Amino acid sequence: MDKQTRHILEILEEDARTAPEEIANLTGMTVDDVTKNIEQLEKNGIIRKYKTIIDWELAGEEYVHAIIELKVTLERKLGYKAIAERLYKFPEVRSVRLLSGGHDISLTVRGNSMKEVAFFVAEKIATLDQVQGTTTHFVLKTYKEDGVILHEPEHIKRLQISP
Amino acid sequence: MRGRCDPSAFVADHLKTVPPSGIRRFFDLVSEMDDVISLGVGEPDFVTPWHIREACIHSIEHGDTAYTSNYGLLELREEISKLYSQKYRVDYNPESETLVTTGVSEALDIAIRAVVNPDDEVIVVQPSYVSYVPSVIFAGGVPVPVSTKMSNNFKITAEELEDAITDKTKAVIINYPNNPTGAVMDKDSLESIADVIVEHDLMMISDEVYDCLTYNGTHTCFASLEGMRDRTILLNGFSKSHAMTGFRMGYALAAPEIIDSMMLIHQYSMLCAPITAQIGAIEALKNGEGEVQKMVREYDRRRHLIVGGLNKLGLECFEPKGAFYAFPSISSTGLTSGDFAERLLNEQKVATVPGDVFGEAGVGFLRCSYAASREDIHTALDRIGEFVDGLKV
Repeated sequence: MDKQTRHILEILEEDARTAPEEIANLTGMTVDDVTKNIEQLEKNGIIRKYKTIIDWELAGEEYVHAIIELKVTLERKLGYKAIAERLYKFPEVRSVRLLSGGHDISLTVRGNSMKEVAFFVAEKIATLDQVQGTTTHFVLKTYKEDGVILHEPEHIKRLQISP
Repeated sequence: MRGRCDPSAFVADHLKTVPPSGIRRFFDLVSEMDDVISLGVGEPDFVTPWHIREACIHSIEHGDTAYTSNYGLLELREEISKLYSQKYRVDYNPESETLVTTGVSEALDIAIRAVVNPDDEVIVVQPSYVSYVPSVIFAGGVPVPVSTKMSNNFKITAEELEDAITDKTKAVIINYPNNPTGAVMDKDSLESIADVIVEHDLMMISDEVYDCLTYNGTHTCFASLEGMRDRTILLNGFSKSHAMTGFRMGYALAAPEIIDSMMLIHQYSMLCAPITAQIGAIEALKNGEGEVQKMVREYDRRRHLIVGGLNKLGLECFEPKGAFYAFPSISSTGLTSGDFAERLLNEQKVATVPGDVFGEAGVGFLRCSYAASREDIHTALDRIGEFVDGLKV
C-alpha cells in the first residue's frame, strides 16, 4: 500500500464523513486524485461501507446484545463457510467470527429484549444441523465499540505556550 | 537590630546576563485569556500511549520505587543501544557509553558542562531551541550564534559554520529535525559539516530528539557518519516520539570519557532519572513502534494542512520535513514577529511564538506548532486569515 492510500484509509476510518477537499488538505493531493483514489478503493472492496457508531442506549433505545458461542460439526466437503453463510443471513446476527479455542464460532446478536434474543438462538441457531451447542452471554454494558470509547474520552492537559 | 537583607545582591553575576525567555512573556499573556487556540505548544497533543502508562502503573503497584543505577536501568540502556545499532548502524556500549537523564534538557546541560572550559566558545546553530544559549552561559562558556536562512531551508552550511570558528571554539550544537523551523539535514549536507568538525578538532552536540518525526526520507544520525561517533554527544529522548514530555526521559550517547565526565555531574546533582519514567521508556522501546508510526502519520497530515493553509494566506512557509512546527515568514505584513504574535493573540486569540525568541535568525518569522487537533488548526488558520486581511485595509 502506498503512503497516500494509507493516509486516506486512516482518515476515513476515523471519520467517514471527511470531505475529499479536507483529505486533499491533509495529504497534499489534488481533490481529483483523492476522489479517484477513493472510488478505486470502493470498487476494490477495500472500503466496504461507511457506517455510524451510535450509542443506542443514550438515544433511549433499549437494544439487547448478546455474544453467542457455538460449537459446530463440519459437513463433508463444506468447511466453516457453509455454516457461516447460514448464520450471517439472519439480520439479527450483527457479526460472525470463526474462533480458535474452546468454541468454533462467535456471533453477536441484537434484539429488542432478552426474551427475543433467547428465542432467536433457541429456534433459529441451536436447531441448525451443524450446531452442537450454544452458550449465550448477554451484554450488560458496552464501554468501547469498534475502537470508539463510549464515554468522555481523555484530554491531555497542556500549557498553552511551551518551548 | 539586624540590618535589612537585599536578596538581589546575592544573585550570581553571570545569571544577570541571561535574558528571560521570550516564551515566558507570551505564556503570561495567554494565561489571562479564555478561548485561545494555541499553536504555541512545543509538545505532542497526544496522551502517552496507554501501554506505556500501564507499564508505569504496574511497576508502581509492584513496588518499583527505588533509586536506579546512576547510569539508568541497564535494561533501558541495552534497549537504547540496540535501537541505535539497528536503526542507525552506530554501536554504543550500554555499560559505558549510555547515560539516562531527566529529559534531554538535563542531558544538554551536562553535555555542555562536561566539555566547556571557562571562556570556551560554543557555536549554536540558529534558529534554535531556547535552552542552548543559556546553558552555554551557565557552563561559563561563550555562546556564538550562527544563523541559517530560509533560502537554504534553514540548513547550516560548512562555510557558515567555518566563518564562526575561532581558536576558542570547542563545540557546536545542532538540532535536526529542528525546533522551531522543522528543517532537516540530509546526509550529504551533514557530511560537509562533519569535515569542518574534524578539520577544526571540535565536539558536536547533536540534539536529535525529533529524529522519529521525519516525514520525507529518513533521518541521518550525526554519530553514524564516518569518524563522527567519538566526536559526537548524541542527545535524544522520549518526549516527542512517544508523547512522554511530562515523564522527563532523555539520554546521552557518547565516548566513555565523555559519558564519565557527564556522569560526574549527573551523579551528584540528579543521582538518577525517575525509575517510573525509565520503566515507561523500556516499554516504549520494546513495544511502542506502532503507536509512534500512527502519531507520525497524523502529524504528517496536519503538516500538509497547516503549511498549505499558511501559504494560501500569503504567509510564505517553506516545507518543514521534520518535527511538528511550521515556520512562516511574516515579513510581508510589515510587522515584527513580536508585534504580529501579540496582536494575533489579542485580536484573534491565536497563540503562536514569535520567531525571534529562537535567535536573530528567527526575526520576521512565527513558530506555529501543528501538534494541535485538526479542528484547532482549521480554526487558527481562519483566524490568522482574518487577522492578515485586517492588516491590508
